[in-house]
Amino acid sequence: MENETIDDAELTEPAIEEELLVEEISIDGMCGVY
Amino acid sequence: MSVESLATQLKAGLDAPICLTWELTYACNLQCIHCLSSSGRRDPRELSTTEAFTVLDELRDLQVFYINIGGGEPMVRRDFFDIVEHSVANGIGVKFSTNGAFIGAAEARRLTAMDYLDIQLSIDGADAATNDAVRGEGSFATAMRAMDHLAEAGFGPFKISVVATRQNVPQLDRFKALADSYGAQLRLTRLRPSGRAVDTWDELHPTQAQQRELYHWLLDHGDSVLTGDSFFHLNALGDPLPGLNMCGAGRVVCLIDPIGDVYACPFVIHDEFHAGNVRDAGGFTHVWRGSELFRSLREPQSAGACASCGAYDACQGGCMAAKFFTGMPLDGPDPECVTGHGETALASLAAVPVALTPRPSQDHSRPARTPAVV
Amino acid sequence: MSTDLRHRLLDTALELHPQVALRPEPFGALAYHYGNRRLVFLKHADIVAVARSLGDHDSLSATLEACDVDPARWPSFVTAFESLLRSEVVRER
Repeated sequence: MENETIDDAELTEPAIEEELLVEEISIDGMCGVY
Repeated sequence: MSVESLATQLKAGLDAPICLTWELTYACNLQCIHCLSSSGRRDPRELSTTEAFTVLDELRDLQVFYINIGGGEPMVRRDFFDIVEHSVANGIGVKFSTNGAFIGAAEARRLTAMDYLDIQLSIDGADAATNDAVRGEGSFATAMRAMDHLAEAGFGPFKISVVATRQNVPQLDRFKALADSYGAQLRLTRLRPSGRAVDTWDELHPTQAQQRELYHWLLDHGDSVLTGDSFFHLNALGDPLPGLNMCGAGRVVCLIDPIGDVYACPFVIHDEFHAGNVRDAGGFTHVWRGSELFRSLREPQSAGACASCGAYDACQGGCMAAKFFTGMPLDGPDPECVTGHGETALASLAAVPVALTPRPSQDHSRPARTPAVV
Repeated sequence: MSTDLRHRLLDTALELHPQVALRPEPFGALAYHYGNRRLVFLKHADIVAVARSLGDHDSLSATLEACDVDPARWPSFVTAFESLLRSEVVRER
């Protein structure tokens, strides 16, 4: 029978996921335009 | 809290287009053999100046910040400057696409004095021989003259727009050098089998090997060369090219044609992709927000035959115009699919009579067309 | 990006560039700069609110506070405003 070990990573705060709040697109970057 | 990817949100459509193409006239002094709008003769049902101003006022109210004016040759219209000036006065920036025939010294100065205006000159060869085979004798010289006038007037950076063909892919570096010599920005776009190109696409479209060459060249040049995001089908080859990498037709862009008809994009001027007309009750706004065609384009699209292909996430099955006008199903590979699935599908269609392949719904070509040597 | 620079941006008075137009969208807003033709999507209502009220406060941090942005999210906002500064959608006052 395996010894169950507690993974240290489970005990720490999850890293704050950085939200991608802005995204730039080229005015020429959309298909369907002259 | 997660923010969805931009492309995912944009595929569902917006309350107003981000930008759009507006063909002002089907009249044109040229007869390019690949013209996406089959232009040549003016359609007598063209929007009047007043109707054009009404469209612009609507776009202003929708907060469309930028429009791409084209045709035919937009400068053929007598009210061309009135329309452009009305647009910029209402906070709608303009880029217009032209062959340059009507940009003399005076016009160049007038254009230079305007704000929020971009100019895109069309050529398809880095020399007269290559260019004129597609666009007609003298057209290269005409474009160069226009560029010289713009340079002399101090216009600043304009765009040089090239449609990639089998004949001009070997000239990419020369196009870049030409653009650099004017301080202009090079734009390279995909040839779609639309308009008159339904008949010339087979001879003009780049080979698979040339597509790979083009892809790597574009990657090397990054943001310094524009593409109108027209090569997203090549993203199956590796790192994505700059751009949204999605079909914007009916979702974030559309076309208004010279008689007020609204289509999903300039490359699908066909009843199948017709959304409405700006002269109908509710104007452009009602067409953009209420048309059945656009509603269906804003739903998730079926991958169909491409579902099992690992490249689908990158290429998304390519361009619906390319598929439609080569007679291929929209939920399947692009005819220029880089994995070769398109070629296989095209070959199996070879038995289908050409007459059953979709053709443009209208032809504005001038009658006695001199066939150009390809 | 070093911690020192982050703090500096937080203490900076910013404003929306006068040549920028903001168009509301279901998920946030579309920002278009008439001068440099750049197009930027603000992908959440919160960042739109902060961008719009920059002029009312003496610093980015004051604006974030006034808009009730959870401090845990401030790093994402600083990254975003760095980007908006680079594209000139916002500028220092």
